Amino acid sequence: MSESSFAVECRGLCKSFGDGENRVQVLRDIDVTVNYGEMTLLVGPSGCGKTTLISMVAGLLNVSAGDLFVLGSDLGKMPGRRKTAFRSANIGFVFQQYNLLPALTAAENAAVPLIIGGMRRSKAVARAREMLAMVGIGEKAGSFISQMSGGQQQRVAIARALVNEPRLLVCDEPTAALDGKSGQTVMQLLKEVACRPDRAVIVVTHDNRVLHFGDRIIHMNDGQIETVTGPEPAFAGSMQASH
Amino acid sequence: MIWIALKMLTGDRAKYFGIVFGVTFASLLMAHQVSIFVGIMSRCTSQVRDLDEADIWVMNPYVKYTDEVMALSDNDLPRVRGVEGVEWAVRLFKGGIRAKITGGEETEGAGNFRGVQVMGLDDATLIGAPREMILGDLADIRQPDAIIVDECGYSYLFPGQKMATGQIIEMNDRRAVLVGICKASPPFTAQAVIFTRYSQAMQFSPPERRLMSFVLVKVADGYSKEDVARSISERTGLKALTRREFEFSCVMFYITSTGIAINFGITVMLGFVVGIAIAGQTLYLFTIENIKQFGALKAMGTSNSRIVGMILTQSAVVGVLGYSIGMGLAAAFFEVTKNAIALKGFKVVPEVMIGTAFAVAIIVTLASLLSIRKVLVLEPAVVFR
Repeated sequence: MSESSFAVECRGLCKSFGDGENRVQVLRDIDVTVNYGEMTLLVGPSGCGKTTLISMVAGLLNVSAGDLFVLGSDLGKMPGRRKTAFRSANIGFVFQQYNLLPALTAAENAAVPLIIGGMRRSKAVARAREMLAMVGIGEKAGSFISQMSGGQQQRVAIARALVNEPRLLVCDEPTAALDGKSGQTVMQLLKEVACRPDRAVIVVTHDNRVLHFGDRIIHMNDGQIETVTGPEPAFAGSMQASH
Repeated sequence: MIWIALKMLTGDRAKYFGIVFGVTFASLLMAHQVSIFVGIMSRCTSQVRDLDEADIWVMNPYVKYTDEVMALSDNDLPRVRGVEGVEWAVRLFKGGIRAKITGGEETEGAGNFRGVQVMGLDDATLIGAPREMILGDLADIRQPDAIIVDECGYSYLFPGQKMATGQIIEMNDRRAVLVGICKASPPFTAQAVIFTRYSQAMQFSPPERRLMSFVLVKVADGYSKEDVARSISERTGLKALTRREFEFSCVMFYITSTGIAINFGITVMLGFVVGIAIAGQTLYLFTIENIKQFGALKAMGTSNSRIVGMILTQSAVVGVLGYSIGMGLAAAFFEVTKNAIALKGFKVVPEVMIGTAFAVAIIVTLASLLSIRKVLVLEPAVVFR
């Protein structure tokens, strides 16, 4: 199990799509680690491979070559069924478009990961209500998604991502659909509730206004890691990029 | 997850009702049309079915169904009676005759005429007489010129008139007096069924050398109906069929010789196809619109089998709902129209309910296959695009 002490460790990670002449190399030799207790921002121009990288880290895409350890498990060699269970137990997601179910209330939406995990509905919803209160929208627990603002919906998505206490939180452009103030609030929230010593947060963002929230900032370009900025002196060495 | 599937399904009311409507329409159309077809086919055999005292019907070898009869010789009756295993055998006249409404100028409809089916029953035993009288007494059929008409037939002959005996009609210029009104299964054609004695029927029928349509046979205890029927055929050269065989023969004649089955079959098939088209397309659109949500569920750790279970649950729910509403509407239609003469005796029989349920199950399964395929090939990474 514990083949790595990092939350995420990539060694020579490659990803390509297609075969033969149609083969497209999207990621090349990615060597990077992410430590627990950090918020890592992944930035770069569109098409540089950010989404592909977090998709592999989150167990949503298979690895073409190289090694990928996530939370101590060799995710690169993990079979599909186990990977699904691994995601359910260990990874929380915050999506750019929230991807909340419009037919469910905020509390029911936030309870979905627990229900997927097998928890009884009533218990799961009660737990989700607590989580909504924690992210500051407890009073909206009974509201449907269509009755909420974008910022509130993103908070519901964060509550959903955190409700089953995942050790890795993967956020894709969490502030892209929000105004500046709401974006700051959401990032502050992620920073507060997600960054614990046993947890890591990876955020893909284009939003320059939120870069100061990152403990580390990985700059990607053309399928490779260009630079890594940070870390603060106290955490020196927590993220290494061999590029 | 079942709960989430149901919430997703009912959350989009327009599509939810659209899918349910599609299945309802399909099941209503299929159940309704098949029930009417079964009702019509049942009418083809109504007189055979009503005459349940007889185990075997003996007829000319070329007879295929009840309404097209070649008369037998009177000598055939004792020949049939002589076959081993025959407990009794009686003659039956069955023929189409024109009936003229008489009773004077003051009688409503006087001078009008209708085709009628006359059942001439054995004088001594009255085998084949109606079981249930609505008006009058069966014993009165022994009076001179007496006839009994079925309930629907009365309204054909005397439309709009209150049920009463004593009405007079003419058949073959012979006076016939209505002495009773009975319940009887309506025949295939919209004609009155008139019961009278065999000897009386001979007078109502236009003169022919032979008039005995059928010989009705009761099989003695300890003998097989099929064996006795075979013996009668071998010994007399006539066609002898058990009641069930004759019913089947009548139904098959109408199925193979008319376009009824094809027309109803096309309508039922249309209902089936329309059901698949509406339910399938709406369910598929529903899935496409929720594809990101399904992707999110997969990303969060929902397995493919659970996703398939969710879609099948959604399909099953709309299937059960649509089927129930459709069957309810079909049953309501036949309940509301049960007194309409044209639809008398038509109903949704259990076999139709089971068949429709099977068809609806196929519809929702096929409808969900496209959605299932779409979701199964869905990469959960779609949530990041």
